[in-house]
Amino acid sequence: MITTIVNFLQRAIVQGIPLLYGSCGEIITEKSGNLNLGIPGIMYVGAVSGVIGAFFNERIAGDKLNPFFAVLVPLLCSLLGSLLMSLIYGFLTVTLRSNQNVAGLALTTFGVGVGNFFGGSLATLYGEGGALSLKRTSDFFKTALPFASKLGDFGKLFFSYGFLAYLAVIVAIVAAIILRKTRVGLNLRAVGESPATADAAGINVNRYKYLAICIGGMIAGLGGLYFIMDYTCGVWSNGGFGDRGWLAIALVIFAIWKPDMAALGSALFGGLYVVYIFIPNLSRSSQELFKMLPYLATIVVLIATSMRKKREHQPPQSLGLAYFREDR
Amino acid sequence: MSTAALELKNVTKRFGNILANNNVSLTVNKGEILSVLGENGSGKTTLMNMISGIYYPDEGHIYIDGKEVLIHSPRDAFNHGIGMIHQHFKLVDVFSAAENIALGFDEPGRFDLKEVSKKVSEISKKYGFNLDPSKKIYAMSVSEKQTVEIIKVLYRGADILILDEPTAVLTPQETEKLFKILRSMRDDGKAIIIITHKLHEVLEISDRVTILRKGEYIDTVETSKTNEAELTEMMVGKKVSLNIDRTEPKDPQKRLTIQNLTVISPDGTKVLDNVGFTAKSGEILGIAGIAGSGQRELLEAVAGLQNIADGKITYFDPSSGKAESLRNKTPLQIRDLGVRLSFVPEDRLGMGLVGNMDITDNMMLRSYKSGKTVFLEKKPPKSLAEKIVEELEVVTPSISTPVRRLSGGNVQKVLVGREISSNPTVLMAAYPVRGLDINSSYLIYNLLNRQKENGAAVIFVGEDLDVLIELCDWILVLSSGRVSGMIPARGAKKEEIGLMMTARGK
Repeated sequence: MITTIVNFLQRAIVQGIPLLYGSCGEIITEKSGNLNLGIPGIMYVGAVSGVIGAFFNERIAGDKLNPFFAVLVPLLCSLLGSLLMSLIYGFLTVTLRSNQNVAGLALTTFGVGVGNFFGGSLATLYGEGGALSLKRTSDFFKTALPFASKLGDFGKLFFSYGFLAYLAVIVAIVAAIILRKTRVGLNLRAVGESPATADAAGINVNRYKYLAICIGGMIAGLGGLYFIMDYTCGVWSNGGFGDRGWLAIALVIFAIWKPDMAALGSALFGGLYVVYIFIPNLSRSSQELFKMLPYLATIVVLIATSMRKKREHQPPQSLGLAYFREDR
Repeated sequence: MSTAALELKNVTKRFGNILANNNVSLTVNKGEILSVLGENGSGKTTLMNMISGIYYPDEGHIYIDGKEVLIHSPRDAFNHGIGMIHQHFKLVDVFSAAENIALGFDEPGRFDLKEVSKKVSEISKKYGFNLDPSKKIYAMSVSEKQTVEIIKVLYRGADILILDEPTAVLTPQETEKLFKILRSMRDDGKAIIIITHKLHEVLEISDRVTILRKGEYIDTVETSKTNEAELTEMMVGKKVSLNIDRTEPKDPQKRLTIQNLTVISPDGTKVLDNVGFTAKSGEILGIAGIAGSGQRELLEAVAGLQNIADGKITYFDPSSGKAESLRNKTPLQIRDLGVRLSFVPEDRLGMGLVGNMDITDNMMLRSYKSGKTVFLEKKPPKSLAEKIVEELEVVTPSISTPVRRLSGGNVQKVLVGREISSNPTVLMAAYPVRGLDINSSYLIYNLLNRQKENGAAVIFVGEDLDVLIELCDWILVLSSGRVSGMIPARGAKKEEIGLMMTARGK
């Protein structure tokens, strides 16, 4: 019984990590007043960029794969890919002040297409049975702390993950501290709440928006990388990432725009995502019903937060609106 | 001159082909309060925005302490010691006072809100403010928010303060307190520029007055050597009489009775608590109160736009004399009885007009049901639009210009003009002169007076107590959703009304 529970919790956390990256990135972006619906696409591109980097690194290195480069190359490629995507979004919505919803949705469509094209091409050309395996690189990403296996269930629950999982939690906590406790965080929140106020206070609104979009996008992209390199053990298959990107955006609302809440929420969402596996004797159709749980939880939170009417729990006030100083 | 803190020379600013400021010069000295006076659209705010770095001038020079400076952004302005308190407060609602004050200011050292709060308290003590630094902005009254704005600029060490219509939203007592603080800052050597429409305030607070008209610089005069009539003449460009002819009500009849009206807001607080009064035909009933005391809910309840928790609203039909309850009627049925509401919200466009539509189309928002065919009848609304533009002197390129492009005052004339044009039996006008200059305000007062003479029951929600006393027959005072008194306007005292506005627990 204990083993089942530990198994379930561990699966929940593993499922939750990509969501945590995605929602953490989205929270930072939204705090600058930009609703980036391109996050699912950015996560896709983050994943496929890492795959491309790992693929070429493995080919060039041949048999002697250097652990350091095996991790570093995909990581940098992934960050670069999602940065480029974020810059497209930033240019469209901040510099050109176009509609954020349209730009974001277009970016998601684009990102999924890019991922499937390059990932699919590599898989068709070099993979086996329509899937590309980068197991050698993935092994380095999955390296857990050496003493994890000696600590039994405790070790399994807390020390059995690859480094990207711990990084996700660290990113969330650091983001929460920056937002809540620092001058930069205060300024960023002001930009999202009321850009005119921030501007009048001497804050460079566009710079904050660009930085938040790019940093947020890069964090979200790591979620894609984690999914491929850790969760699926380095196997790319088209569409494998599924709807996790949208779930990450739902998690933002669930976490009421707080990265530390997102860390807890991601484990919960991850648990709801896989709970059907752990309930015995479910038919195929009721499995599908259980998969709806994370979305149901989001709706419940939306209803609860809007009923409580606490101003601090509302989205940033200028979310979705473009800002132009001389607008009359 | 060595004492000049700020000097503008020949400053010009254009928006497209509209000349907002043409060749304007102005000087403010240390330890002096300068008023900038002008009608709507005379370019006062534009001029101040150039000093505070929101806009950049097309031509001209700005000198601070005798040295020429370029102000490209609000940050530059701060670095030169300029602080602006905007008409629409620039504060983040979900932040505390201390957070708002610290916003965007890069002090050396660690970020520590406790340190900020301590310094805020010191400033408060020095100038006589009263502020809790940890209070959230959304929980504050207008006057408290203004205090935060002023402390914010002082905190940054501003020596030149610009206040854009600071008294527009304050009660007389709050205004008095503000003026006391301004004087103590002046004595401290600060240079202060204050923009206001209210002439008596100009005369009371300022040392000198600079007058602008239609973007042009007119003159600068010493306050002690001028008077209201002279200032008005310079501002408007012609002699205007500042009297409202209040006629005695003719044969007042009961038109609208409200009894025990209670309205509960969605978050559970009572916005109106047991309100009752009677509005009579041929009279103007003024409603005074601090902004947000329930004025909006009261008028909306009558117009059928509010859910009513308890109470009766009875309308007496002038032709048949029949009493009708308005409670269970739809807004459309109430309108058809001749009850009209024109509400000018703070952002002016929020209720009643559609910014992207032109004047004619906005007229049609009231008549779209009256056509006989499936197609729109454009002619009557078009002639109505032309009539309003002509009679109310609306400044617009044409009646097919989107109302969003008009200046605030002109937008209001369109809104109020449309409601009055329908010959209502009950006319409710909330803040119809909000932010309007003297000339346009008097136009509107006269329109209300004309409705009164036509036998309409006029309900006028106003901000300026002087006007309420001069224009109305009765004044009803609201204080946090309750009626704190109803007095005849003739002979009423401003101070008395001011006290009633803040009366609690009555």
